[in-house]
Amino acid sequence: MNADFTSEELAFQQEVREFLATEFPADLKDKVDNNIRLTKDDMVRWQKILFAKGWAAPSWPEEYGGTGWTHTQRHIFATEMGLYGAPEPIPFGMKMVAPVIMAYGSEEQKQRFLPDILASNVWWCQGYSEPNAGSDLASLKTSAVRDGDHYVVNGSKTWNTLGQYADWIFCLVRTDNTAKKQEGISFLLIDMKTPGITVKPIVLLDGFPEVNEVFFDDVRVPAENLIGEENKGWTYAKVLLTHERTNIAGVPRSKRRLDALKRLAEETEDGFGKTMADNPSIQQRIAEMEIELQALEYSELRSLAALSVGKAPGPESSILKIVGTELAQAMDEMFLELSGYSSLPFVPEQFEAEFEGERLGPGSTNAAALTYFNNRKLSIFGGSNEIQRNIICKAVLGL
Amino acid sequence: MDFSYTEVQQMLQDQVQKFVHKSYDFDSRNSIVASEKGFSAEHWQLFAELGWLAVPFTEEDGGLGGSAVDLMVIMEEFGKANLVEPYLATAVLSGCLVAQLAEGETKEALLGGIIGGESQFACAYAEPGSRFNLASVTSSATTSGDQVTINGNKTAVENAPNADKLVVIARESGDRFASSGISAFLVDAGTEGISMRSYATVDGKRAAEVSFNNVVVPVNARLGAAGEALPALRVAVDRATLAVSAEAVGALEALLQKTVEYSKTRKQFGTPIGSFQALQHRMADMFVQCQMARSIVIMAAMSLDSADSAQQKTRAVSAAKSRVGKAIKLVGQEAIQIHGGIGMTEELDVGHLFKRVTALDLLFGDEEFHLQRFASL
Repeated sequence: MNADFTSEELAFQQEVREFLATEFPADLKDKVDNNIRLTKDDMVRWQKILFAKGWAAPSWPEEYGGTGWTHTQRHIFATEMGLYGAPEPIPFGMKMVAPVIMAYGSEEQKQRFLPDILASNVWWCQGYSEPNAGSDLASLKTSAVRDGDHYVVNGSKTWNTLGQYADWIFCLVRTDNTAKKQEGISFLLIDMKTPGITVKPIVLLDGFPEVNEVFFDDVRVPAENLIGEENKGWTYAKVLLTHERTNIAGVPRSKRRLDALKRLAEETEDGFGKTMADNPSIQQRIAEMEIELQALEYSELRSLAALSVGKAPGPESSILKIVGTELAQAMDEMFLELSGYSSLPFVPEQFEAEFEGERLGPGSTNAAALTYFNNRKLSIFGGSNEIQRNIICKAVLGL
Repeated sequence: MDFSYTEVQQMLQDQVQKFVHKSYDFDSRNSIVASEKGFSAEHWQLFAELGWLAVPFTEEDGGLGGSAVDLMVIMEEFGKANLVEPYLATAVLSGCLVAQLAEGETKEALLGGIIGGESQFACAYAEPGSRFNLASVTSSATTSGDQVTINGNKTAVENAPNADKLVVIARESGDRFASSGISAFLVDAGTEGISMRSYATVDGKRAAEVSFNNVVVPVNARLGAAGEALPALRVAVDRATLAVSAEAVGALEALLQKTVEYSKTRKQFGTPIGSFQALQHRMADMFVQCQMARSIVIMAAMSLDSADSAQQKTRAVSAAKSRVGKAIKLVGQEAIQIHGGIGMTEELDVGHLFKRVTALDLLFGDEEFHLQRFASL
């Protein structure tokens, strides 16, 4: 038993580090380090750099333009990206719809959609949740009725992350009202420019419309955009949910943030002539978070080792999700506490690239409350942490 | 990167599981606990024959290799069975001290006695008031000619009532908290001047308060150089800390498994209580705690077996013990809560496992102590 990398893996790690140091654009690095929001163009520019290097899709098979990396290499890549602060590609195309197209799409659909996802030419968003179908996703009601060569789609989807940038949306739609609720669902790809689609931004607690509600009013979608068979969409969607869980724990990002927390504690005056880093309660909580992060990291490595010897991803991804998000939220809480009064001014626009005024600080302390608010999403999305507990009960404990 | 067990580790795990299945069910354990010595000499001989007592030692010392991962594997299985035989006191803690400090024929004879199953050891280190600080030693050792006189009181000395030999930590010089001046002495348990107040511990093991009143031993009873035993004691205690952390991982898993099984059979309101989501999510959290505890113990065992610095190893052990302590409280308390009244009784193994993990949390420093030590390194 050991957690050592081979000499080839260490060489690869070095290659990734050098690539990031030279190829991750300095202006983007500066934004990330100062909590400035990346624009759509920023993200696409970075993804195209990865594409040019051949590293856009670590999880894809080589035949579709993936890297052909081992699980360990993928882990190393994700780790180095996270530690450096380089964002992962937007997951909706690369990690969510692409694996479904690969597994269940026709040859023509693969040719049509995959190259543009790989090259970041097309931005995808996810159409799963509905106002009345959250954790109980299978109760979704958006309907698709066959009419000749088309489906006519009516209803609404919500929580579409960055849907305002999207060219295409992949949707779960109801094609059979009479069957059991899981058995009447289909998987449909829809061009966002189709007449009848309206995108309404939803402003979140941090002042940014990160998500949207998407309305469908008699939207005519070519039947050739159906993935696989009609009424089998739920099966495909479930495969998607377990397919790609690399980095679900967010270990590298949390390591980076823990370092930032320690620095912030050292820089923050406690009002009594010392710094917050001298406060025993703060020291203790930081130590606890550091230990939790180690336990999380080794849980992830254990699951990676299991994948590497060919075992299917199991319920461990639920553990990683629960612990990883709770830890991230505990860090948000401490950032907020350390920032004190600096987090009170609500000036979200100062974290946009085009903001020209004087920024409130010091550092990015004014972002602390916004991040704290925004990251409440972590334990809600991707299957809420309660749903993860249900999964553990069912899949592991047999309850 | 490799998280699989070696053949030897796999064999150890299989052997212990077979032994427990055949000879160590709840009733058998209870009769061992109730016996005069509180452990089975017959089982102990079997442990020797199967090579289990050789696990903590290097091949050079006549052992199986002495890897921390091997130790983790066997301790975890002991934890599941809630074993009471004094493996930790004799083979791990005292054994590791002797292996580091004794030399030549003395070492060969002492380790031979442990590995062969002939000797029982106890390590008398903790004192009333020392809490978990290994450097806090008031027991004194005064040399005069070729004799040393030991005086002092030791607390909660595991396996002392059954030990043939005591490894006694005493101070030859310096003030109460000084790092230097501390020595280890090998003392026959029957030596004049030693008195014991023996008792069973909360988790069914045997221990004693041990007093040394002008106990005279020859100078060659000193293990290692005069006044320089503390570093070896720290290494031995770190290894023992890893061992009890692994034992706790096994015990916690047993608690989880028994709780889940119980929740599937116990009916209230006409339905198994395991169908209630209020309980299901608590069991899911117990599972998460068990997995996190297991991961961090693996991390620490790997660190002890690696080329990490002494400080990194100590830090890894403290991370593990602290995290396991947190898991112990959550999993232990929830196991009792979900069992309800029956979990409070002596009749069920769950309560006994709960008492064991509670003791394991305290041994060699609790969650809070190790958190502080981790933060200070």
